[in-house]
Amino acid sequence: MDGALAAGTAPLDVARIRQDFPILRQTVRGRPLVFLDSGASAQKPRAVIEAMVRQMETAYANVHRGAYHLSEAATAAYEAARAAVARFLNARDPREIVFTQSSTGAINLVAHSYGRGVLKPGQAVLVSEMEHHANFVPWQMLRNDTGIEFRLCRVTPSGELDLDDLAAKLADGKVGLVAVTHMSNVLGTVTPAARIARMAHEAGAKVLFDGSQAAVHRAVDVQALDADFYVFTGHKLYGPTGIGVLWARLELLDRMPPFLGGGDMISAVYADGFEPAPVPAKFEAGTPPIVEATGLHAAIDYVTAIGMPAIEAHERALVEHATRRLDAIEGLTLLGRAQDRGGVFSFVLDNAHPHDLATLLDRAGIAVRSGRHCAEPLHACFGQEGGTCRASFGLYTTQGEIDHLADALVEARKFFA
Amino acid sequence: MFDDLRDLYQEVILDHGRKPRNFHRLEDADRTARGDNPMCGDRMELFLKLSPEGGIADAAFQGRGCAISMASASLMTETVKGKSPAEARSLGEHFRALATTGTCPECGEAIAEDMERLQVLGGVSEFPSRVKCATLAWHTLNAALDGGPGDVKEASSE
Repeated sequence: MDGALAAGTAPLDVARIRQDFPILRQTVRGRPLVFLDSGASAQKPRAVIEAMVRQMETAYANVHRGAYHLSEAATAAYEAARAAVARFLNARDPREIVFTQSSTGAINLVAHSYGRGVLKPGQAVLVSEMEHHANFVPWQMLRNDTGIEFRLCRVTPSGELDLDDLAAKLADGKVGLVAVTHMSNVLGTVTPAARIARMAHEAGAKVLFDGSQAAVHRAVDVQALDADFYVFTGHKLYGPTGIGVLWARLELLDRMPPFLGGGDMISAVYADGFEPAPVPAKFEAGTPPIVEATGLHAAIDYVTAIGMPAIEAHERALVEHATRRLDAIEGLTLLGRAQDRGGVFSFVLDNAHPHDLATLLDRAGIAVRSGRHCAEPLHACFGQEGGTCRASFGLYTTQGEIDHLADALVEARKFFA
Repeated sequence: MFDDLRDLYQEVILDHGRKPRNFHRLEDADRTARGDNPMCGDRMELFLKLSPEGGIADAAFQGRGCAISMASASLMTETVKGKSPAEARSLGEHFRALATTGTCPECGEAIAEDMERLQVLGGVSEFPSRVKCATLAWHTLNAALDGGPGDVKEASSE
């Protein structure tokens, strides 16, 4: 069934979808907005905006601590959001869902709690060259603090995870955790997560996937992947900023010590100590992102109603179109040619620095990102220390927008010639 | 499609960006500083040779970055040669005003000629995210003048 849908039997009505996103109606410098920076942060459908406003207008109070109606209503909404996330990831139990402030917050939680509380010196954490800094620096910090080794898995010239290198780096059995992206935020590469999980487990390691990009573009089933940790963020999934998700197996969360201390994460506090609360409260110190959880819930309902397979099929068509159009541009170099990829394209144009190019494209109403996209090691691997421009797609992106980008790039090359 | 960008990317800027002047090391430099905007990747190393009287006898740079940052550094090195450190710093202040507001009401007759040369970069004031590209060279100049012989001061405009 997935195959049939992926082949395009369920095309999205993109024109109708675009009407759900108020911001897409605006013009930039007199031209229609062409928003190609969804990989950095996606735009929000009215359903998300209205759900958050509705909660603040009708059902807002702090959660988990009031014996009055509003607090009970807010708590019910917050926990309903947790249940929705659990269904979205096909988690076994809503208690496996921990709300954080972002993917970065979720990975740092694992690095502190699992990294410092469960992993031992002599073990290693294995990440890849194509990680976002959020899945790179926390593990370097862990190494600096604890002596736990930091290992790097190579990326092939075509931008895929080098599975031979992964096997080699796992071979000595010292790796306690493999932490890799499920989809590169620079190359668009979708990594073979189930296979990586199998390799990690055979070598006695746990596996964490950074799903910040993947969860937006593909249906994610943490049980089918046989993952141990999976993180994603709300704002790239058409939801609000300020909320991220850590999913982890319940038995792992139970074994992990608390990360942040404060209210809500304890079951008892004495003059000389405390008892942590059961999961997930153990990891949710302080007032959580209450309205943001409601927004994330609405975003999940929104993409689920459209259907992740339909979204994936739409993006596959966009990827195919973009590859064809961008490849035809003289002087343009694309980073990465992975077989399995999503709607993220990083490129350089000869004679045009990425920042100058982004300024030019902005004049054509096109929003792209320029720089190194929080992935400096990867840019170094590809010899692009000066950075790249990146166009990233969302479910509202049209082939016409990609044509507009391609036409503008041809003009930009002439401008800087 | 991009005709209205000719205000920002005037031919002078594109020319200096492609072929920066004074783009080399000064092996016998008396002052050196590094400018680095890590967020956007613009990077340069500035070399100054001082005269016995303390004036800027020669200025050169190396580095990489966008057309705006390279052109600004190129024009800056041309402009400050022959100036005293105080004059060069003052020009930098005026240039920052120009880059952020597009005009320099405080710029008097005395520096009119120098400011005219730098005026081509005034267009960046309409692009808030690009102002730092234009000012990096001048921050780096101040850092070089702040340092002593043998120092390599660091500067950034982010």
